[in-house]
Amino acid sequence: MLGKLTLDAIPFHSPIVMFANILMVGTGLLIAGLITYHGKWRYLYEEWFKTVDHKKIGIMYIIFALIFLVRGFVDAMMVRTQQATAGPGADGYLPAEHFAELFTGHGTMMIFFMAMPFLVGLMNIVIPTQIGARDVSFPFLNSLSFWLTAVAGALVMVSLMVGQFSTGGWTGYPPYTELPYNPSTGVDYWIWALQLSGIATTLTGVNFLVTIMKKRAPGMTLMRMPMFVWTSLCTNILMVLSFPVLTVVLALLALDRTVGTHFFTGAMGGDQMMYINMFWMWGHPEVYILVLPAFGVFSEITATYCNKRLFGYTSMVWATMAIAFLSFTVWAHHFFTMGQDSTRNAAFGIATMVIAIPTGVKIYDWMWTMFRGRIEFKLPMLYLLGFLITFTMGGMSGVLLAIPGADFKFHNSLYLVAHFHNVLIPGTMFGLLAGFYYWFPKSFGFTLDEKWGRRAFWGWLVGFYVAFVPLYMLGMMGMPRRMFTYDNPAWQPWLIVAFIGALIVLFGIFSMFMQIYVSIRDREKNRDITGDPWGGRTLEWSTSSPPPEYNFAVIPTVRDRDSFMDMKIQGDAYTRPGEYDDIHMPKSTAAGFVIAMISFVFGFAFIWHIWWLVGASLLAIITAVILRASSDDYDYWIPADEVERIENNRHDQLQASGVFEHIKTLEDFGDERPPLTSTGAPVSAS
Amino acid sequence: MSTNLVGPAAVKANARADTEVNFGFWIYLMSDVIIFAMLFVAYLNLSGRTAGGPTPQELFELPLVFAETMALLLSSLTFGLAMIAMHAGHRQRVLAWLGVTFVLGTSFISMELYEFTHLIGEGAGPQRSAFLSSFFALVGTHGLHVTAGLIWIAVMTGQIASKGLTGPVASRMARLSLFWHFLDLIWIAVFSTVYLAGVTQ
Repeated sequence: MLGKLTLDAIPFHSPIVMFANILMVGTGLLIAGLITYHGKWRYLYEEWFKTVDHKKIGIMYIIFALIFLVRGFVDAMMVRTQQATAGPGADGYLPAEHFAELFTGHGTMMIFFMAMPFLVGLMNIVIPTQIGARDVSFPFLNSLSFWLTAVAGALVMVSLMVGQFSTGGWTGYPPYTELPYNPSTGVDYWIWALQLSGIATTLTGVNFLVTIMKKRAPGMTLMRMPMFVWTSLCTNILMVLSFPVLTVVLALLALDRTVGTHFFTGAMGGDQMMYINMFWMWGHPEVYILVLPAFGVFSEITATYCNKRLFGYTSMVWATMAIAFLSFTVWAHHFFTMGQDSTRNAAFGIATMVIAIPTGVKIYDWMWTMFRGRIEFKLPMLYLLGFLITFTMGGMSGVLLAIPGADFKFHNSLYLVAHFHNVLIPGTMFGLLAGFYYWFPKSFGFTLDEKWGRRAFWGWLVGFYVAFVPLYMLGMMGMPRRMFTYDNPAWQPWLIVAFIGALIVLFGIFSMFMQIYVSIRDREKNRDITGDPWGGRTLEWSTSSPPPEYNFAVIPTVRDRDSFMDMKIQGDAYTRPGEYDDIHMPKSTAAGFVIAMISFVFGFAFIWHIWWLVGASLLAIITAVILRASSDDYDYWIPADEVERIENNRHDQLQASGVFEHIKTLEDFGDERPPLTSTGAPVSAS
Repeated sequence: MSTNLVGPAAVKANARADTEVNFGFWIYLMSDVIIFAMLFVAYLNLSGRTAGGPTPQELFELPLVFAETMALLLSSLTFGLAMIAMHAGHRQRVLAWLGVTFVLGTSFISMELYEFTHLIGEGAGPQRSAFLSSFFALVGTHGLHVTAGLIWIAVMTGQIASKGLTGPVASRMARLSLFWHFLDLIWIAVFSTVYLAGVTQ
């Protein structure tokens, strides 16, 4: 009746896990209790669970990502604590099995449930407003993607309480992850969590690709798109082309484990290396899926806070496209030691080094944007500077790893761990945090606290160096990754330093949450009425903060690359339209939420081999999809009167705030070159 | 859509919104192409690894596969006829052609199921060797897609019968048509790389 599920699945034998469970369930009950106490369930369900509004879905994505940032970081702290204490003659405080779950969980959560939802959240909040659209192309699909990601994360959480998580590392290489070596449900939790979130990501990719191609405001040609839209476009192309590969490779591994096929078993003709090839055919583009949106964020903030057009826009676009293309040509550099001939290794090594060229182009573009700009040193600029220096170092260590000969020395050592943290933390994490600060006022109407933000930045930056430079050293001293104990006394001091680094990052994360808390507490003081707190250059700053449900009462017409700056200079950024039309909007629906919840049951039942429930939930999913797909009731109109009321309200508020006195005009630009029209001629001040 | 026009007018009225949804569906199909591409790669890599078990030459029977192929190709033709009838606004004829398509698709799936059970009965199931694992995965995934298409045809038949040829219904038919022809294309690749190449090896 319950498949493999028995009471033994609850880990009573492990006090640490039980403590974590009590903490997690306790927090969950506390939050549920507070919601019940304030009578907010209906509000949550109607306004958030059912929403198809990209702005709200984006906020939910980022809250979800922050929760998993904490969970992933707890795992990292435990790994660091173990390695700092488990020196020669000491075993540390963790059993080997639990340690393996921790490094697997850390990698899986940070990539799939922290970085990915965070960047998809930013895309949700920013892209429709940056291209002058009222929502994404497929709002229901957007809600489904979010909830599928959420239940995939929930599966990871549940693995802590019922059964265990995978011990196979975030890459899950067979044959170790095959049934004979790994009969517990850990690997199955890993497979189904990734499978559900992977499908969600493919759907997100389709959705945003179409949104960007089809929903841009009139006049916004491809080469007038804001840089964040460009990098997101490339990310979405990569998502659509690479995530199906992950879907296949996970499905085949699941078949091996449940049906008894021989894709990767190594027996009966099965080919383990095929898994590793396929995994990285997805895995390497994934690296660029993570980093390209962050490049876009940095491009936006550099232009805004330097009060200057982005330098080398065209080269930036081509560099982004080049990186997206090249990302599919380098996957074998993850296993130079696999045994293929040296010609093949050389080809992949060269392709890898070639990626450094477009990336270098971008670095120079950001530096030249700062050159002779009027730089405002807001928090995102600190992240940008930290990124430029740290990321360049990480890139250089990557070029070193791309040399197959050198890689034989560094493969699977802590040098590799140091390298990819050295690109992902400044590249992805700093970019996401900078974007979080930059667009937070757009979502909530007040700015974030600068002081705690700076503390968070220094915690992240200093903590990163203290935590990861020792890992480079250890890698060169020959320490492999993922060791739960070791007997070389020379390693321990470095591991203790790395542990201290992790503590400094902990301070950074603590400051980040303090920043959010302090900002919400002082929100009236930091209120932004204009909708444009930074002197923005792109369309999202032209609406109110938070934007009305329909984003734009009248769809703007774009004349220039930095279109909102162009409107401000030309003096028509805040003109009241003469009349309004009815606005066509997508309707909220519970379908995405419901389908995702049943998918959770499906995943859980599959993991525990509860076959009747697998069948029942699959049937329920199909029925729900058919019902949704047959419904003709998915839209409604906001009447023009209502739009007019909201817009007049905003214009009155703007008038009262005195914002118009601060708008830049052509004369204010002094020696800065005024924006150019598409033909290259200076705009007249008519 | 708020408009509930009927027939050709509806098709036209929804043309603009359609381009966006159709474009999205094309992108989805491209992601599906990647799924099949990976399964083909797995098959090409593993088809020689028979682990002492039966080889493609010993297993595949071209007459059955020929019948399957004819059923599926014909179903593409009949679906095309359904689309022509839809653009002409002939509801009954659309339903009739959809019915024929459904029967042809079902016969394809029945033949495939017969082949699968036959193979498993002979001891050539997916657990026998890496070659057979990849064969069942590739052909089975195509079969699952056809099954999904059959469910979709049934749903659309129900919608046309109950709602008529409204704008949204016509728009959904356009995408079902893309999907159905796409499955034909994949089958031609399966037919050539798996069966034809298998017996001539």
